[in-house]
Amino acid sequence: MRSPQLWAAAVLLGLLGLVPVYAAVFEQPFYITLFARILIFAIAALGLNLILGYGAMVSFGHALYIGIGAYAVGILSFHGVTSGWAHLGAGLAVGAVAATVVGWVCLRTSGIAFIMITLAFAQMFYFLSVSLKQYGGDDGLTIAARSDFGWVNLANNTVFYYAIFAVLVALLLLFRRIVDSRFGMVLRGCKSNERRMAALGFPTMRYKLAAYVISAQVCVVAGMMLANLTKFASPSFMQWQASGDLIVMIVLGGMGTLIGPVAGATGLLLLEEVLAGWTQHWMVILGPLIVVIVIVSNRGIFGVLAALGRTGGAGRARPGGTSGEAR
Amino acid sequence: MSLLRVSGLYKRFGGLTATDGVELDIEPGELHAVIGPNGAGKTTLINQLSGELAPDAGTIAFEGRDITALTVHQRALAGFSRSYQITSVFPEFTALQNVMLAAQAHAGHSFRFWRPVAGEAALIETARAALEQVGLSHRTDVEVAALAHGEHRQLEIAMTLATAPKLLLLDEPMAGMGQHESEAMIALLAGLKGRYGIILVEHDMDAVFALADRISVLVYGRVIACDVPAAIRGNAEVREAYLGDEAVAA
Amino acid sequence: MTLGLFLTQTLNGLQLGVLLFLLAAGLTLVFGIMNFVNLAHGSLYMMGAYFAAAVFNATNSFVLAGVVAVPATMLLGMLVERVALIRLYQRDHLDQVLATFGLILFFNELVRIIWGPASVYMNAPEALSGTVMLFGFGYPAYRFAIIAAGLFVGAGLYWMIHKTRVGMLIRAGATKPEMVAALGVNISLLNTLVFGLGAGLAGFAGWMAGPILSVQPGMGEPILILTLVVIVTGGIGSIRGAFYGAMIVGIVDTIGRAFLPTLLREFLERSLAQAAGPAIASILIYLLMAVVLAVRPQGLFPVKHG
Repeated sequence: MRSPQLWAAAVLLGLLGLVPVYAAVFEQPFYITLFARILIFAIAALGLNLILGYGAMVSFGHALYIGIGAYAVGILSFHGVTSGWAHLGAGLAVGAVAATVVGWVCLRTSGIAFIMITLAFAQMFYFLSVSLKQYGGDDGLTIAARSDFGWVNLANNTVFYYAIFAVLVALLLLFRRIVDSRFGMVLRGCKSNERRMAALGFPTMRYKLAAYVISAQVCVVAGMMLANLTKFASPSFMQWQASGDLIVMIVLGGMGTLIGPVAGATGLLLLEEVLAGWTQHWMVILGPLIVVIVIVSNRGIFGVLAALGRTGGAGRARPGGTSGEAR
Repeated sequence: MSLLRVSGLYKRFGGLTATDGVELDIEPGELHAVIGPNGAGKTTLINQLSGELAPDAGTIAFEGRDITALTVHQRALAGFSRSYQITSVFPEFTALQNVMLAAQAHAGHSFRFWRPVAGEAALIETARAALEQVGLSHRTDVEVAALAHGEHRQLEIAMTLATAPKLLLLDEPMAGMGQHESEAMIALLAGLKGRYGIILVEHDMDAVFALADRISVLVYGRVIACDVPAAIRGNAEVREAYLGDEAVAA
Repeated sequence: MTLGLFLTQTLNGLQLGVLLFLLAAGLTLVFGIMNFVNLAHGSLYMMGAYFAAAVFNATNSFVLAGVVAVPATMLLGMLVERVALIRLYQRDHLDQVLATFGLILFFNELVRIIWGPASVYMNAPEALSGTVMLFGFGYPAYRFAIIAAGLFVGAGLYWMIHKTRVGMLIRAGATKPEMVAALGVNISLLNTLVFGLGAGLAGFAGWMAGPILSVQPGMGEPILILTLVVIVTGGIGSIRGAFYGAMIVGIVDTIGRAFLPTLLREFLERSLAQAAGPAIASILIYLLMAVVLAVRPQGLFPVKHG
């Protein structure tokens, strides 16, 4: 507990963990819904950040996997399957197949072409969901009840909130291990110099594809939660704006840091909430704000904190290389 | 059996024949230098040997096995390790992490997600040994961005050594070095000589003539001579090729 | 399935292809020369359509609408480039994508504020409101005019790039920017001009599309994504690739939507075909893109370097 960004991360998670308490104290149950949404997008952004921040693969189509998760819940519920485990199994299975195929094609290219193609594939799944007339088509699909996970009663909003929170914390811990593991080192090496990685003897495509699939699966899980929160699955979950929002969250929070996406999701969604309170045309403010943030700083909230930590502890060797920033 | 046998290698770019029927033969433990004036096709040749560029015709056999169709990483795993003319290290990692990453490539698969590499004793040991070999043991925990140019070049060599290679393909390891650094690098390479097959592509003629067992001279994509240094020095055709460029060290 | 219907749909495909080409050409030029990804290119197209519709509704003149809309979009593009984008040329693609994403949000909301959330309409000029007879069947004259105008502009672009001094600089700038700078050319000015040219083409496409599509907020993004498919399929940075890519995507998409459902009914059970037909037709071009990239990751007509 030495660096500022670690303190900030602990405070942020602590505050997020106490949301149901304020909601109860101030009798504002709406807070739970708002912050559950924030946590869900934090999870999705965390998933995307694995490849974007640590692997330099800028996917502009990860909303596609949120959609797959949401439709897994929606379609199974529509057919009367309410078991959460069935939802989870189906979502992850479909997500794995889709991510492997889409990822394989996309990773044959790199740089700008990768960005364009991921965007195009997300649009393809968007149109596919629109054409599913029996499942609501354009209008989407309402879901009767939350996924049934047996003794964990998700119908209770507080239980649901803490279930999401627990998944987020578990993923943060898992990713913290991944980043410094063999796999994480390969991923970060590929970000830095993929050609060199191949010359060292790494089959880089395999590792990048694996990272892409893991990252997609995290978004599938986020999509399942989103469907449970809104009791709704709709093509709009897969819209290109949703993919763009995920990237904004990551960059706002600080890419290449673990907690950054959580901070970014919280920051962006709260900002939207505040701006929307002022004017219905809040996007006319948010848009230029994004432009300004990108132009002025490209390190994000936690990138700045990490830099402060480094100057603060000058001369101290960073044990885990760049992942030191994540602590 | 020769370690590496290249026969009839051709590569054309549009109207330009960059590699024109190249034959090379590297014996185990031999340090074989490839020299040639600028534009002779050295880089094109190296990239074909390492697998980054596919030849139009010809075969490359490594320890008697045809590896012409293998990818870059497959060749690296077979024991064929290259360094780059432009320093290609991972600047955000420490020197030790760089070399550990190289060792990791040859220590089983990397689909391991939980255990930190920093705790893998075998990788650390391999990496430390390689750093020791190139004389960088005092710099292990320094972030690579903070190393000097000469140290980067040494680190490159350490990384190739950590991949348990049989053949080193060194692309201008002396590039951009001062007199003092070059001498240290020559001493380092002299120490490696005999233990690995080495293909040394280099502009520094002092280094080439001091180190090489044999020298192949590449001109316009063709090997015009391949012989021991003394014979190359006396070869009229080689002098001709270099006239007006850089003189072969007399 | 009559021959007439097939020809009509082919022409519709060409017409979509022409619009896509006008957008793809600008986007690929900007990318090729400045190595810049402008996702807000679709917004410029939208602004062009709105400018044209606004002038049309004020003056009832289709020609005047174009005379105002094209230069206005061009100026808007150059303004945006000078104010914001010029600071991002040296940044990585991620920053460029994000900043232009912010611009999209801005422009979509801006038109909603100025013109409202509902669609704005404009009519084709009186003279082109009829049909032309081709091989014994009628085809809307206005759509035919789009094809002609688009091909004319495409030919003009080709001539400009291959036969004029500016075009030579553009081509040189795409492959060897440092060389062009060494010749004493003001690269920054060249960039702005190229950006303006791309914006002008987008505005032209918006003007042309105004009478056949509904002019509404967010109309730029679906076509932008189609344009990205065109560019990636054709080969990034290549005008030739943009042209062939646009024609292939335009025709495959239109023909697929028109005939695939009927065609599937020949092979599949009726109810299944009815469900799968439109679904497959709507994703056909994406599947095409996936196949092209799986076989040729650099696209069908990549830029030749060196």
